[in-house]
Parts: sequence; C-alpha cells; structure tokens
Amino acid sequence: MKAAVVVFPGSNCDRDLAVAFEQAGFDVSMVWHKDSALPEGVDIVGVPGGFSYGDYLRCGAIAAQSPICKAVIDHADRGGYAIGVCNGFQILTETGVLPGALLRNAGLKYICRTVNLKVATSESVFTQGYNAGDVIGVPIAHHDGNYFADTETIKALHDQDRVAFTYEENPNGSVADIAGILSENRRVLGMMPHPERAADEGHGGTDGAAVFRALAGMVTAA
Amino acid sequence: MKARVHVMLKNGVLDPQGEAVRHALGALGFDKVEGVRQGKVIDLDLAEGATEADVTAMCEKLLANTVIESYSIEMA
Repeated sequence: MKAAVVVFPGSNCDRDLAVAFEQAGFDVSMVWHKDSALPEGVDIVGVPGGFSYGDYLRCGAIAAQSPICKAVIDHADRGGYAIGVCNGFQILTETGVLPGALLRNAGLKYICRTVNLKVATSESVFTQGYNAGDVIGVPIAHHDGNYFADTETIKALHDQDRVAFTYEENPNGSVADIAGILSENRRVLGMMPHPERAADEGHGGTDGAAVFRALAGMVTAA
Repeated sequence: MKARVHVMLKNGVLDPQGEAVRHALGALGFDKVEGVRQGKVIDLDLAEGATEADVTAMCEKLLANTVIESYSIEMA
C-alpha cells in the first residue's frame, strides 16, 4: 500500500499526515509541489493542512494551480483515492475535485481546539471504521473553514449521502454544519478537522485513527 | 496597458469581514451605514495586445473563485 503526501511551501501538517499513514501500514512518499507526477503505483494521495503559498489570493488558490495538483486532479479523475485535510480540503475545492468553497469563519477568529464531530455516513473507505451517528473528538485549526455551497449543491450532497462529518456545535458558520464531504465516486474526502492529529496516544486522543486504519487494505491504485 | 479587476463575494454569500466593518463603523457613530461588503481590487499591467477576453480567462481560472465570488473588469 502506497500513499503520497504532497508538500507545498507553507504546508505544516504534511509530516503528521505521513505518520498517520505509516502507522496504518502505508509506505509513504513525500511529493514536492513542483513535481509534475505522482510516484508509480500510489494508492492514495494526502493533501495536507497548512498555509500553502501563504494563503495568498485565497486559501489554496495558488496551490490548486501547481504542477503536482494537475497530477492529483488526474489521479482523482481516474478514480484514485485522495484525502484533503484543512488547507488540503481548501485546495481540493479550489481545483474543483470537491464542490463548494471555504469562507472566512463566521466569527472571524482563527479557531484551534478539539471539537465533536458526528460521523454522517459510514459508507466510504474513509468512514467505514465508524458507525453513522458516532461522535468523535478531532482538532480543528483554521481561519477559513466556513463551508459554503449553493443550495442545489448542498441538496445533492445530502441526497447522495456525501456529507462525511458534521459539527455537533458549529464553530465556523459552515452550511448545514458540514465538516467534511465526499466526491461523487466517494473516493475523495475533504474535511477541515484534522484526523491525523488525533491518531496517536501522544496526541491526547485517537478518535481520528480509524480513518487511516480503515483505508489500509481498501484502497487500490488507479 | 492596464486592467483593474474587482472581486466581490456574491450576493447571498455571508461576508463576515464586511459585517465586522459595519459594526465597527456603527460603534464609531456612523449610524447611517446599512451594509458593508468587502472585496479585492487587483491591478494588472498588461503587454500590448492583451484583451479583455484574456483578463476574463484569468478571472475564471485564478483571480476569482466563481463558486463564491463575482468579478468585474475595467480596461484602461
């Protein structure tokens, strides 16, 4: 099982994400933003949190135009698996791989704390380690995590069971309390909370580890 | 040749920064402000021959996120 974690200038959760993949049994390679191809045989791509390109213009906007992102988009278009966390979620919406956009938090403040998430669906490789309705504690750390999409998109996400996680108490103004969503083929997950920061006893909680454990053995290269 | 691009959040998209500015203006005693929307202005220096269609393509691909933002272009 091979995972690739993309590193942009300003990424700061790339190593956390790599360790979470490793602990779940993946061979992990780090991929630089200027690379134009993913390593051969990559089963899943991780797009990490951080402040890629200093959040210039919009969070994730410049990263979405980088050479490696074209390879990530191609990977997703071929039916490959990918997970984007925090800035990675912002980047995946900017590329159009996932619908919607992340706006400034409604309260305007950067929020860094553990929040309770409800698992909205267990019908994906990412969430099959939980039961729908489970409540898990996972840290958030963002200034622009206010998920927005038009009403038709939100309806489609609900109708197609593509909301992966919701906030128990909405911290940032996200529409319909949405914390994470799945692509139409359910092989790409974007979420603002950081499961990789709740994946080891040393983190103070391991509620996020099931995301990575569930991936192990389930994903295949595209 | 120059172009100026205005990027604004679309109507109906919450603008918490604009709201905060409105509150601050109210606190300063400017009580006739009924709404504030905050956006961006991007000035482009363009080579001769660049067209408004080029700038439109730039807006669609990068300068604006049309999921949440609208844009307008002034060529000068």
